[in-house]
Amino acid sequence: MTQVLHPAPRFASNQGVKDALAAALGDMLITAKEQHGEVVLTVVRDRVEDALRLLRDEHEYQQLMEMAGVDFPDRVERFEVVYMLLSVTKNHRVMVKVSASEATPVPTVTTLWPNAGWLEREVFDMYGVVFAGNPDLRRILTDYGFEGHPFRKDFPLTGYVELRYSEDEKRVVYEPVELAQDLRQFDFMSPWEGANYVLPGDEKAGADTPAAPTPKSTEKLSETGAGKAANKKAAESESAPAPAKDKGAEEAGAPKPTEDRPARKPRAASAQDTKPATQPKKAAEKKPTAKKSGAGKSAAPKPAGDK
Amino acid sequence: MSGLQLEQSPTTGDEVISNYTINFGPQHPAAHGVLRMVMELDGEIIERIDPHVGLLHRGTEKLIEHKTYLQALPYFDRLDYCSPLGMEHSYVLAIEKLLNLEVPLRGQYLRVLFAELTRICNHMLNIGSHVMDVGAMTPNLWVFEIREDCLNFFERASGARMHSAWFRPGGVHQDVPLKLLTDIGDWLDNRLPRLFEDAMSLVMDNRIFKQRNVDIAVVSKEDALAWGFSGPMIRAAGIPWDIRKSQPYDVYDRMDFEIPVGTNSDCYDRFMVRVEEVRQSARIMRQCLAEMPEGPVSSTDRKVVPPKRGEMKASMESLIHHFKLYTEGFHVPAGEVYVATESPKGEFGVYLVSDGSNKPYRCKIRPTAFSHLQAMDFMSKGHMLPDATAILGAIDVVFGECDR
Repeated sequence: MTQVLHPAPRFASNQGVKDALAAALGDMLITAKEQHGEVVLTVVRDRVEDALRLLRDEHEYQQLMEMAGVDFPDRVERFEVVYMLLSVTKNHRVMVKVSASEATPVPTVTTLWPNAGWLEREVFDMYGVVFAGNPDLRRILTDYGFEGHPFRKDFPLTGYVELRYSEDEKRVVYEPVELAQDLRQFDFMSPWEGANYVLPGDEKAGADTPAAPTPKSTEKLSETGAGKAANKKAAESESAPAPAKDKGAEEAGAPKPTEDRPARKPRAASAQDTKPATQPKKAAEKKPTAKKSGAGKSAAPKPAGDK
Repeated sequence: MSGLQLEQSPTTGDEVISNYTINFGPQHPAAHGVLRMVMELDGEIIERIDPHVGLLHRGTEKLIEHKTYLQALPYFDRLDYCSPLGMEHSYVLAIEKLLNLEVPLRGQYLRVLFAELTRICNHMLNIGSHVMDVGAMTPNLWVFEIREDCLNFFERASGARMHSAWFRPGGVHQDVPLKLLTDIGDWLDNRLPRLFEDAMSLVMDNRIFKQRNVDIAVVSKEDALAWGFSGPMIRAAGIPWDIRKSQPYDVYDRMDFEIPVGTNSDCYDRFMVRVEEVRQSARIMRQCLAEMPEGPVSSTDRKVVPPKRGEMKASMESLIHHFKLYTEGFHVPAGEVYVATESPKGEFGVYLVSDGSNKPYRCKIRPTAFSHLQAMDFMSKGHMLPDATAILGAIDVVFGECDR
């Protein structure tokens, strides 16, 4: 048991809870584990209602606080449905799990808790897990007429349709999603920390490629390759001479001043004699505006013959 | 909307009026956002309500699966935009639980201080709008003054008025200036009680307000438990259940505060529970200010919490940590936790499944409003149509959180 350092909510001790509940559930239980301070009981799918009824009535887990679906596409029964139970008398929480697939309905627990209705609807809406016996298994969070189950791992983040208001048709229209820019998915897996894909440029490297050669060391003089042979070889290849300077050509440098460019005219006035932007209007200028505001309420000039 | 249907009664020959179905929302000022309720009315009596939620569904949980743990944090501000820090609190605690990460004491105190400030901020909005839903205008304007003060405090702590993103795994993002703490202290002693008690004196014993709320939507203790109520809704039913007290997180176990409970479990009790919670929150905040120690505000584990900018400019190792944490982020050990905190509206939970990578495998958010709104049909059956707004106001529903 590791020491608890985190400041997360501290409910009653898990001591012995797992074993007691496992014994009570008997053959309804598949596995029980305690990890990160949470007791997780996996039960047989078809008997989840019995298991939860037992926990509610005999072990004081009065409240069903939450239901969550999780998708693990690699598993045979790809979905997990997790029930979070709370006991307000024992001050304890447990999680109960069942696994399911699209084809295997989970028995409803609306018979035990009325609030399971919406929670099951949400799991159905997001994952497509069917709850047998739920009297009102409609979609809940997605749009009217939505197709698919968006929280499945194989459902794209952007979805398939987008909607907009069409000025031509005077209604909201649905169209296939069109992205101006691809969604950026950054992959931060380091190649030396178990990335299970081929790096770009590494495609040729298969299983039959020879291992990288042993690194060359230069601890001894003979290993460095230096010596008479190297000197002789170096003398054979004469490096090309430096490019000769072409004396005749004009040296590159700053361009000559262009004589025919006309000189800029000197500024006629100094910056100070331009009118400041915030200068208040003179009294003489105010008169016509005062008249105008007296004539009509709107300050904007109206075209003649407006009325 | 289907119109009034007149039928001939087969026995008496009189005209009978069949039930009347109306749409409440999705655009209705008393719907507190985008709630559509299909109501079946018998005259003005509610026979059945079918709330349609999800009009604000943004797929937050799916988006979080595509972000690193730190990048996903600001999404929580945008769930319940009336109490952003309350949402962040559950999420950072869930990460800390998976990492088993220690948070320095000052960081915990600051989180409690600002979580309670958030509670006041949230209740100001709810109390005000609830009162306005049943016909009073003035108190709403007065309590909005307080809410404005709260938002200013958030801005001074985090730089943002509403979407703070200030709670981080390991503590809080930045320390607060001393002047902010003294200002909050002054505010708690002078301005808040004066404004709040003034505004409440208009409402609490008001005859009209009581007529609209007392004995409306009475829920028994058994029903409150069965429907998954939490927060002020379950406390108004007379069950003294508060996660801050029973399952303390951060430094709530050091705080001395009372849990108000209702006696009658009606809309008036829900309102009064919130009123008393504001006073208790102020009490907790005063204790935080008095007891808060000096020290770091976030964990010094550099594999989770990035170093400060000044440090980064001087140290190569800090630079590497900074770069890695803001690109790849930190890896969280595989496992699953469900962490629920007492948000101003009730139990706000985060079910976090980690596969050991730098992104959550699944992050299920437990909104408070989902269970409460589901009970709308059962609570309003037999009540009058205008009572529906009072019931909805007393639930304290925000659709950013309900629809996610």
